[in-house]
Amino acid sequence: MEFTLITLLNGLSYGLLLFMLSSGLTLIFSMMGVLNFAHASFYMLGAYFAYAISIKIGFWPALIIAPLLVGVIGAVVERYGLRSVHKYGHIPELLFTFGLSYVLVEMVQLIWGRAAVPYPIPPELDGPLFTLFTTTFPMYRGFMMLIAVLMLVSIFLVLTKTRIGLVIQAALTHPEMVESLGHNVPRVFMLVFGGGCALAGLAGVIGGNAFVTEPGMAATVGSIIFVVVVVGGMGSLAGALLASLLIGCLQTFAVALDHSIMTLFTAFGATITPETFGYPVLKLTISQVAPIMPYLLLVLILIFRPRGLMGTREG
Amino acid sequence: MNTITMTNTMTYKPMNLGRWIVWGLFALILIFAPMVFSSGSSISLLSQIGTVMIFGLSYNMLLGQGGMLSFGHAVYSGLGAFFAIHAMNLASAGKMWMPVTMIPLVGGLAGMFFGILFGYVTTKKSGTTFAMITLGIVELVFACSLMFPEFFGGEGGISTNRVYGEKFLGITYGPQIQVYYLIAFWLFISTIGMFAFTQTPLGRIINAVRDNPERVEFIGYDTQWARYLTLILSGFFAGISGGLSAINFEIVTAENVSALRSGGVLLFTFIGGVGFFFGPMIGAIIGVFLSVMLSDFTKAWQLYLGVFFIVMVMYAPFGVAGIIMLNLRVAKYGKYRRIWPQLCAVSAMALVALVGLIMVVEMLYHLTLESANGTEMKLFGFMVDTAAATPWGVALAILAIGAAGFWHTRKSFKHAWGEVNTEIEDMIRRAEA
Amino acid sequence: MSNLSLELKDVRKSFGKSEIIRGANLQVPKGERFAIIGPNGAGKSTLFNLISGRFPVSAGDIKLNGESILGLKPFEINRKGLSRSFQITNIFHRLSVYENLRCAVLWSLGYKYSFWHRLNGLKDAHERAEQVLEQIGLRRRRDTQAGLLTYAEQRALEIGITIAGGCDVILLDEPTAGMSRSESDAAVELIRKVTVGKTLLMVEHDMSVVFGLADKIAVVVYGEVIACDTPANIRNNAKVQEAYLGGHAPVEAA
Repeated sequence: MEFTLITLLNGLSYGLLLFMLSSGLTLIFSMMGVLNFAHASFYMLGAYFAYAISIKIGFWPALIIAPLLVGVIGAVVERYGLRSVHKYGHIPELLFTFGLSYVLVEMVQLIWGRAAVPYPIPPELDGPLFTLFTTTFPMYRGFMMLIAVLMLVSIFLVLTKTRIGLVIQAALTHPEMVESLGHNVPRVFMLVFGGGCALAGLAGVIGGNAFVTEPGMAATVGSIIFVVVVVGGMGSLAGALLASLLIGCLQTFAVALDHSIMTLFTAFGATITPETFGYPVLKLTISQVAPIMPYLLLVLILIFRPRGLMGTREG
Repeated sequence: MNTITMTNTMTYKPMNLGRWIVWGLFALILIFAPMVFSSGSSISLLSQIGTVMIFGLSYNMLLGQGGMLSFGHAVYSGLGAFFAIHAMNLASAGKMWMPVTMIPLVGGLAGMFFGILFGYVTTKKSGTTFAMITLGIVELVFACSLMFPEFFGGEGGISTNRVYGEKFLGITYGPQIQVYYLIAFWLFISTIGMFAFTQTPLGRIINAVRDNPERVEFIGYDTQWARYLTLILSGFFAGISGGLSAINFEIVTAENVSALRSGGVLLFTFIGGVGFFFGPMIGAIIGVFLSVMLSDFTKAWQLYLGVFFIVMVMYAPFGVAGIIMLNLRVAKYGKYRRIWPQLCAVSAMALVALVGLIMVVEMLYHLTLESANGTEMKLFGFMVDTAAATPWGVALAILAIGAAGFWHTRKSFKHAWGEVNTEIEDMIRRAEA
Repeated sequence: MSNLSLELKDVRKSFGKSEIIRGANLQVPKGERFAIIGPNGAGKSTLFNLISGRFPVSAGDIKLNGESILGLKPFEINRKGLSRSFQITNIFHRLSVYENLRCAVLWSLGYKYSFWHRLNGLKDAHERAEQVLEQIGLRRRRDTQAGLLTYAEQRALEIGITIAGGCDVILLDEPTAGMSRSESDAAVELIRKVTVGKTLLMVEHDMSVVFGLADKIAVVVYGEVIACDTPANIRNNAKVQEAYLGGHAPVEAA
């Protein structure tokens, strides 16, 4: 019972972090049709910037400044890089962001080196939030979930209640129309791209000290957020949320479970030895299979529900 | 063209004779290359280039010919490599008959099998979604590689000895030169096979799918089926390249099925040029050079490769092959003299800026990664103290001069280039009217 | 067996809450040339998209040569003998004109997904492609990349691709859109030539093209076919005059 609750909370907090990342990706994709392959690299930038700022000034300023910095870099990249590739079509845009992800990782290594950097959790947030029976739930995890929920609510409010949000929603499906109505659509695109990157940066600020801050962090989370976006349904924020939570919980639970098909069979009295057919598969514990679960989910969704959990566009 | 006098099969542009010359030349280059570049390391390099060429050509069946961007092509070459290396181990233990010469075929069949398996799922979608699915599949297979150490060999991978079985005409495949000729042989017939594909109905239809998938449906073709079949064939050739890699390196690890390797072939093929059949071959040469040779000179080679790639995407998306063909076209119309001076100027300035950039990057790398060894380093043959201000000043000055000069000269080059090409296009148009 | 090439029975189509096609009925006999006219937004292109399988119908039935084609994919409908052109030119822009046409004939000649036939050795595909090339008058553009053609040439190629496969039922979506008078006349001649013996369904705005080419005219207003009759009767039809022709008929084409 305790195990389930704590794992569930951990899964939710990881899932919300995934959502922080994939929401920016979904927004950019829905708006501009561009799949930002470098999105996870902006996540990494956010973590590194937060590290650099927090050791000089402190965590709380970093929380504000780092995402803004990342957002500005994103906007500049869109204005001077992506925009000139736009005329060649979607594949060159994707390739541009692909190359960018590569280069960003290299530049981070250039400045901060290849080893992980000690980006610390601020002492005010370091400690238990509450204790459930014998397991403590860290305060910082709670803080992560709070920020993620705040972010989700503010995106929703901005998109539905503000003027710029309405323009964004309109430009989502009819960019030429919106432009001929007098709105500066290229500027909106730049804002959305920068904003999406800033969200990724914010996720990096929060996640970098909870997990590890190193050059490989982009690759680790990069492919998973693509799975989230496809599973949730291309262009659907609600779908991205659902898929993030689903995958977050799935992986967190899986990592903690040590049962395998073999243990199941043995519980029913069957004997499994190394000679049994299919032994390599049978002896795999769920925790060993955990890394491939998101991708298995991807394959299953594609076979049985190709438009994703809540997708509306074919993408 | 006069159809009235046509009685048998049409000749294809270029002329029939031209075709024999090109392929003959290709064969001759393959045969004589190791005699020109005869050092041990050169032959290793040539062998590696050979396998990457097949890999890149198979990848271009998807990207250049079909418009399908895949981030996970290494799945087919890697799994082909694993099957090949297991076959080699089984054969050398006497449990199965498979001469080394035929091992690439084992790889090819394995690649084809997985093309059938994974292709069914991946080709359900197209465009960006297809790209993401391929990434998911390669991550899936890569993650599986750690779960099944019996097949994938865990951290250390699977190794083998390629010298086994009966000597055939004195060939043991021990020496690298023999392996090179095996690779050259398979490269030659694979290239013929993949080129032949472009001259078949499916090969042409997949071009149509690239250009306009919706229209293809209205000429009677199921685009998904066309893509699926093309992917299966592409997987076959990728598997051949994997099998050759297994023979060449005598080891296959999880890296062979990684997203990293898939990204690599994408980079090399794109740099080479996806719009031309031979583009990936150029990309393979450049790619292997950069990753093998450049890494000996500098730690920043991946950064250079990445920046080079981005520059190509932004300014020359048709690749090196495209650049060559464009220049050849200008020369063919006799207009090279018009752009020669501007081209020289802009290239010289770019080179200067590049030198400055390299200096900055290398010094920065040294400072952050090697400072434990002291702040001095060798740069372009000079000993340089990276902690001092002078080298930085010099580097930044060179970079600034080069960048400014480049900015200044590019306008006149662009102008001349644009003028010349418009004239050429006009001439082409008038010639056809 | 039906002698109707195409039959629409109470076809309805809604996108979300808005019903675009609100009960369309149409009967197209074999070998006749039909023109579909109507005000902008009446749903003409949507009807085409429903017939050719691009969108699924919300209700009703569509029969091709007596057989229902509901739920079939576009390529399945094409294989049953229906071919269509597009309003926005949809050609294979990186292939040459000749290659465009050759692709269009491959399926009908039975080559399917073959990767063992040598394309250049396929005499029948070659001859058929050359034949269509001659018909659409683009011989001197044979080896030009399709994307580099002029607009009118691309429209001609579009028609060529549509008829090359030899389908019996041809749907042309605004074939003369954006053309000058002389280009339109040439296009009308081409259409007349290549649709001999076939059933033609054409969406058009140019009334002189319509009155010159069509055996029957179907008028679509607000998602319904309000009239379907010979050109002369349509001209005198009060409902049509009010809804579309604005109360007076166009000047008789010379």
